[in-house]
Amino acid sequence: MIHPLLFYTVSALITASALGVLLARRPIYAVLSLVLVLFGLSTLFVALHAFFVAAIQIVVYAGAVLVLFLFVVMLLDMAPEALLRDRNKTMMGVGVLFGLFFLGQLAGVARHLPAPSGREIPGTTAEIGRLLFTTYALPFEAASLLLLVGIIGAIVLAKKKL
Amino acid sequence: MVAAAPWAILFAPLAACVGIVLFGRRSKRLSAGLALTGMAVSLLFTVLLFLHSLHSTAPIETSVSWVDLPGLALEFGFLLNRPAILMAWVVTGVGFLIFLYSVGYMAEEPGFPRYFAYLSLFAFSMLGIVLANNFVTLFMFWELVGASSYLLIGYWYEKPKAAEAGKKAFLVNRIADFGFLIGILMVWNLSGMEGAGRTLNFLQLEERLPHLVQAGAIGPAALTAIALLIFCGVLGKSAQFPLHVWLPDAMEGPTPVSALIHAATMVAAGVYLIGRAFFLFWLSPQALWVVAAIGGFTALFAALLALVENDIKRVLAFSTLSQLGYMVMALGLGGYVAGTYHLTTHAFFKALLFLGAGSVIHAVHTNNIWEMGGLAKKMPATTLTFLAAALALAGIFPLSGFWSKDEILAIAFERSKLLWVVGTLSAGMTAFYMGRVFCVAFLGKPRSHHAEHAHESPRTMTLPLWILTVPTLIGGFIGIPQYLHHAQEGGVHVEFNLLVAMVSTLTAVAGLALAYAVYVKGFRPDAQAQELLTRLGRPLTRKFWMDEIYGWINRNVQQRFADGLALFERFVIIRVCVNGVAKVTGLTGSLLRTAQTGKVQTYAAMLLAGLGLLLWLNLR
Amino acid sequence: MIPLTPVGLPHLIGLSGVLFTIGLVGVVTRRNILLVLLSLELLLNAANLAFVAFSRAQGDLSGQIMVFFVMIVAAAEVTVGLAITVLLSRHAGKLNADEIRNLKW
Repeated sequence: MIHPLLFYTVSALITASALGVLLARRPIYAVLSLVLVLFGLSTLFVALHAFFVAAIQIVVYAGAVLVLFLFVVMLLDMAPEALLRDRNKTMMGVGVLFGLFFLGQLAGVARHLPAPSGREIPGTTAEIGRLLFTTYALPFEAASLLLLVGIIGAIVLAKKKL
Repeated sequence: MVAAAPWAILFAPLAACVGIVLFGRRSKRLSAGLALTGMAVSLLFTVLLFLHSLHSTAPIETSVSWVDLPGLALEFGFLLNRPAILMAWVVTGVGFLIFLYSVGYMAEEPGFPRYFAYLSLFAFSMLGIVLANNFVTLFMFWELVGASSYLLIGYWYEKPKAAEAGKKAFLVNRIADFGFLIGILMVWNLSGMEGAGRTLNFLQLEERLPHLVQAGAIGPAALTAIALLIFCGVLGKSAQFPLHVWLPDAMEGPTPVSALIHAATMVAAGVYLIGRAFFLFWLSPQALWVVAAIGGFTALFAALLALVENDIKRVLAFSTLSQLGYMVMALGLGGYVAGTYHLTTHAFFKALLFLGAGSVIHAVHTNNIWEMGGLAKKMPATTLTFLAAALALAGIFPLSGFWSKDEILAIAFERSKLLWVVGTLSAGMTAFYMGRVFCVAFLGKPRSHHAEHAHESPRTMTLPLWILTVPTLIGGFIGIPQYLHHAQEGGVHVEFNLLVAMVSTLTAVAGLALAYAVYVKGFRPDAQAQELLTRLGRPLTRKFWMDEIYGWINRNVQQRFADGLALFERFVIIRVCVNGVAKVTGLTGSLLRTAQTGKVQTYAAMLLAGLGLLLWLNLR
Repeated sequence: MIPLTPVGLPHLIGLSGVLFTIGLVGVVTRRNILLVLLSLELLLNAANLAFVAFSRAQGDLSGQIMVFFVMIVAAAEVTVGLAITVLLSRHAGKLNADEIRNLKW
């Protein structure tokens, strides 16, 4: 599907940045690492002919959501996280264990992945748009409702006095 | 009509009891009226059945199926053969008269309605025993009778003595009924035949038992065991040795109650039971000898104790014990007809004696014969009737008691000379102590203030006395044995034995004469003999220390056992089981609580663990 | 060296798994609540990658529609989550996950 060289380079970037999110000491570094992850993912999306998704990944996810994160990080005065070693080791162990376990499961599942069909529908805006307003119209409307609820929730929570 | 009769006989008194409980609380008249009506209805239908039975000797049986499960079929029904009808006569007839007497005797009692409700309940229970056609129904009513007796003995429940006496009666009976129940269960167990399920019906058992014994399905040991266990119930209800201790104390109840329950009917239920189950006893000669021996012993034993009693009711109570011993002995010797005959005549004259005693007590306000005296002039009706009954009890020709007692003695003479001697001795003693009571209470000079100013009792009380005198006098001539003979197979019959009759009459007359000499003429043996008699008399006045023995057994055996069980309960059941469970639950809770750390990440981790498990299970 | 076999679906799914694992460890381990939320985003993105990969393989655009919705949900969730975080920091002064234990028995 993708040219191997491209894939491996981008994957390395993504993985390294993800580890950065996990291990960074200052919150701001973690957020910026996540941005890098998102860029890498976006590249992969483009290589997978998912153009629309790639675009909104940058615009919405990196551009809005992570900016929001940045705002909060800058707003709150947070001390740098202590060294990883001071952390709850059992919890780390649990997390790593599960992660490895999950990977194992995934590997097992991966053997039985369905064969790729030869079809090709480009993920262009026009196509996605068509689907959104016909087959998936209801989820689309529900999603806008969800956003409305989110907005109201955020306002209610953040106000000092109602 | 005849088929419906038993239902009417049985349930009329119950209806009266319910009526009194619901409506009669405030009205003495209504309560008495209801109770008397109930008994009258029963009496009427009994007469009806009696007339019917004169035509045919075939027993009538009606029943209703009560429990109908595979393997367990119980019924509720009636078996009306001649003995049953005769017994029903006694219960309803004497019962009705006693009810009537009670109206006068208990007239000033505040708890008057309660009394009649209890009495009606008793009548219902007693008739149930008489009419029942199978062991289960009989046992039900057997227990009911015990409960009614408890209620009536403890009628004056505010008197501690009365309450204690009621408890004693009930508990002693309970012990006896335990044996009885086991006996019934054994009968049930062994009564199965091919093709027919197990049964407790009298007629069916009467048919089957000989076959089962012949076929070897029931061994002689088992048969004897069953008979003896059933006899346990008789020991309790008919107060045979060693379970006789409750009867003297039962005199704490009102006198009409003593007359009805503890003389005429309830205590006779045991004798009646042996009669009903006679086909069973007849198959085990060993059991019969045991029965006869205990009966004979009780007769003698009780007569001895009656010699030294000063309470008129207690004398009569011991006398009842003694006469019951006679009846039981008679049945043990195979004299089914003789025993039942004596039961009938005894019911009449003993009830009369008790009612007479009640009349006296009512007039003199004491039970102690040494506070009476000279009542013959003041209470002629009571005196005459009492005398007639006393003579009947002593067995003087030609009164009813002579005939029935004589038949028993004749059988004893044939089957066991020892028991004959015992019986004759007891007869002599009976004559003596009845003579003693009569002489001290009715003859001579008044010994107390009350005795001086005594007067005859009201009509409602003297009328039953006169009515009861009739069967007392002529009971030997109305053909009771013949009535019973027609229906009875098995058992022992004897011809009239002149020798026995003469010996018994002589003994009785001698007893009476001695009593007269001692208590009227003041005859006293010399000092040495007197001392000997006093010393001999001590065990008698202490009733051979039976109550003390029972008390000791109760304290040391039963109480210790109960304490042991209490310990077991405290330590094993409460400490280990109950508290232990609570502790374990608490511990588990503390253990599991450590998972609630309050940290979100812990919960997230737990979620993951669960998710992992699910994934693993589903993706295998 | 890196094998130059053609990159197919398994590789992409593998990458998605690795991302997911990293995010998982982060959620469970991080002490700062904000960073927990951040790791949560990693999880979502791993899922997005998987969706797109399958969509490409099957030739079915529903995968990408799904990604669209996931992003919307992520946006809403981040909004509310950050609001709560801000409140928490105002309330408790610190954002230490180990010390916010009001739900402890």
